[in-house]
Formats: sequence, C-alpha cells, structure tokens
Amino acid sequence: MALSKTAHIVTAYGEELDQLADELARMGGMVETQLETALSAIVRRDASLVAGVREREKQVNAMQDDVEKRVLRLFALRQPLATDLRMTISALKIASDLERVGDLAKNIAYRAEDLAEYAPLSLLDQVERLGAIVVKQLHEVLDALSSADVEPAIRVWRTDDEVDERYNALVRQMLMSMTEDPGQVEPGVHILFVAKNLERIGDHATNVAEAVHFMVTAGPLEADDAKS
Amino acid sequence: MPDNQSHILDQNAGFGETEPPIKVVARDVCVAYDGKQALNHVSIDIPDRSVTAFIGPSGCGKSTFLRCLNRMNDTIEGARVTGSLKIDGAEVNDKSIDPVVLRASVGMVFQKPNPFPKSIYDNVAYGPRIHGLALSRDDLDGIVESSLKKAGLWDEVADRLNDPGTSLSGGQQQRLVIARAIAINPEVILMDEPCSALDPIATAKIEELIDELRENYCIIIVTHSMQQAARVSQRTAFFHMGTLVEFGRTEDIFTNPRDPRTQDYITGRFG
Repeated sequence: MALSKTAHIVTAYGEELDQLADELARMGGMVETQLETALSAIVRRDASLVAGVREREKQVNAMQDDVEKRVLRLFALRQPLATDLRMTISALKIASDLERVGDLAKNIAYRAEDLAEYAPLSLLDQVERLGAIVVKQLHEVLDALSSADVEPAIRVWRTDDEVDERYNALVRQMLMSMTEDPGQVEPGVHILFVAKNLERIGDHATNVAEAVHFMVTAGPLEADDAKS
Repeated sequence: MPDNQSHILDQNAGFGETEPPIKVVARDVCVAYDGKQALNHVSIDIPDRSVTAFIGPSGCGKSTFLRCLNRMNDTIEGARVTGSLKIDGAEVNDKSIDPVVLRASVGMVFQKPNPFPKSIYDNVAYGPRIHGLALSRDDLDGIVESSLKKAGLWDEVADRLNDPGTSLSGGQQQRLVIARAIAINPEVILMDEPCSALDPIATAKIEELIDELRENYCIIIVTHSMQQAARVSQRTAFFHMGTLVEFGRTEDIFTNPRDPRTQDYITGRFG
C-alpha cells in the first residue's frame, strides 16, 4: 500500500500506517480463504469445512475492530493528511466491506450443511463458475490494495456487470427447474441464497475497488472509467 | 520554472465564477539578500475577501514574499526586489508609492504581539490619528470602539481603555494589534505566524477572528501549523527553496496535492 516513496520523518507514525496496511492485508487474506473454503464446502458437498469458516469469521470481526481502533488512533494522534489521509479513511471503508464479505461467506458455508442432505443439483456448476469469478474479483482487488494499483481495481469494478448477469441467469434457470420439479424447490432455495450471497460479495469487491481508486487517485472510479 | 508557473496560474483560474475578485497579482517576483537569492520568480493571484495561507519549511521564502507586499524588505540593507507586484492594480514597488501610506493599506501582524507602550485606547487610535482619519474626538472614540469590536476584544477591555496595552494577556495583545491594524481601514492584512506564541484557546479566538475578518479583507497568513492553514484558509500556497511550488484550494492541497514536494511536506516526509 505504498503511496509514497519517501519515509516519514517521525518513524513511529510511518510504522503505524504500515501496521494498518498490514492488518488490512491480513484481514483480506483471511476473508479470501473464508470465501474459498465456503465455496469448496458447497461444491464438494463437504459440511465439515463449515466450522473453519465460522471460526475465521470471528477472527475477521476482531480484525475489523482492530482496524477501526488503529484508524481512530491515527486521526486523534497523527492527523494524517493527503495520501496518508486517503489511505486511512479508505482502510476504514475497506475493513467494513471485508467484514461483510466474511459474514456472507459464513452464510454460504451454512447452506453447505443444508445442501449436503440433497442429491447433487445440476445448477451447482453454475454456482461454482459464479463463485470462481467472485473469488477472482476479491483476489484482484486485494492485489490492487496491496500494490496501490488502480488498473486491477478498475478491472474488478467492470466485472461487476458480468457477475450480475450470471446471477440473474442462474435465478431464471433455478426458477424454471423448480417449476418443472417441485422436488428441486427446497435445495433450490439454498442455491438461490448462495448465489445471492456471491452477488453481494461481488458488490463489496467493487466497493473496495472504488476505495482503492480513491486512495490512489483522490477521485471517484466512475469518472476514471468513463474516460477509458 | 515557466512550466511550474503556468501550472500554478491554471489552477488558480479554475476557482470558478463565484470566487471573489483578485486583489494581489504577483509576477516573477524575485528577492535577493546581498546577492543571495531568497525568492525565485514567484507568480500568484491572491483573491480578495478570503484567507490565503503560505506554508513551507523555514527559509522557503514565504515570509520574504509576505514582506514584499508591504515593502518591509526596503528596511533590510542589501535586499533587492524585482518583478511586478500589484495590489488593486497599483504597483507596490513603484517609486511614487510612499511605503508609509502603503503600510496603512497593508496591515501586518507579527509572531509576537507588539503593542506600543501606550494605553489600549492609544494603541488603536494611533494609526487613525497620524493618518488623519478622525475628524473629532467622538469620531476617534467610534473608530477605537468599532475596531476593538471587530477584533473581538471590546467586551474584555471596554472598562479599562486607559490601561497599558502591555498589561493584556498574549492572546489579547494579539487581538489588540489586529484592532490597531483594522483601525486604519487596510485593504490587505498580513499575518506572520500570529498564533505561534499563543495557547490553544487564544489561538482559537484568533482563528475565529480571522474567519470573521475575511468577509471584508484580503488576509494572507504565514503559518508553520498545517492544521492552522487547513482550518483558517480557503487557499494554500506551498513554498520550497524560494519557489512557489503549488497553489490551490486548501481542501485540494491537504487531500490531494499535485506536486510530490507538497505531498512530502504536508505528510511529514521531508528528508
């Protein structure tokens, strides 16, 4: 998250900003693992993975608290300005989005427990594909964050339309198969929730993309995107 | 340098239609002390009825430039000022301009309050008297009262106008000095670190006063406190090594400075 090549005169201040960036990166990594594990639980129909996702969710919440405390402390004691100000305020927003992603990943994992009771569904491969796109979004946006690079952030932001389209297509197909076969209704509802949660995670990834873009350029992503 | 200049002026032009008119226009202002260059080709347009903050490390030229505006550099032997500096279109350095008259329209407030060793009343009345602004004693009383009121000091001194100005606290003395400057209807008020000797409460009172005064005056303040510049000014100019590096809306300078030197300075990264 290095936005400046030169070091702070007050070493402790620079260290506090570095620690904030590190904590955010750890939180991102944790959330990424959570989502991947939750998706594995769904796709592999493996309910034994759920406990791990739940455990990580608690850690993610604690990390968000930690980020908030660090930001509060920086504002109170260091009064960050310019890039430091943008980085600090973005960290607060990003931590909040990542916490939501962790929450949604936990919801996805819970559905794996329910789905394990049913025969495999034909639409599971589409959930897997949607999941893969969202995982990639999250991965790329965390890369953008750690490298303070707007290009991957803009890519993630643009992928949101694809996620929405795939989600809508999945809902349509699911409804059709539920209409044709009432036996599909119960597991289908679980699948719909999983898909909805994935779509929401995609939204949070685009929020993070916008925050990274603001952190680096001080401008809104929409304006930059319209230019290219 | 030419590139840098056009960048500074462009940014200035983008302030929008509702902005107050330009009061001070500097073009290629250079100052040298005994041949040693202290200020290099500074060009800037400073608007009226607003506060412009000059920031930058010690020796960057910000106070030197401030002193050009009321020709305080005239008093320094070996100082040489070139370039054009106009207030309301009139060239400050023109030989026909009497520095004493100029300083009546360009008031100055210094780091340490410097009241005259006279009464509170006489500190404020001094300027109007020597410039013949008051026609009668009543007139003078009125000027003293309104100036002290504008400086936010009247309520604290109304019952002891004959006490010496030096008997006041530091913050009060600074407001007295501001009242003294206001009393002669200046066009521009220069402040050179006016709060650096004051406690936070006295500082807040001066900052509140600056905010009120900007409705009627062009105020230029030199400050080492980034937070103060952010709090009181609408525009900020960053000086470094005798050049004007960046000038823009204060909000932009403190959230998104364009020049890496400004960025490094305000984030505390100057090596």
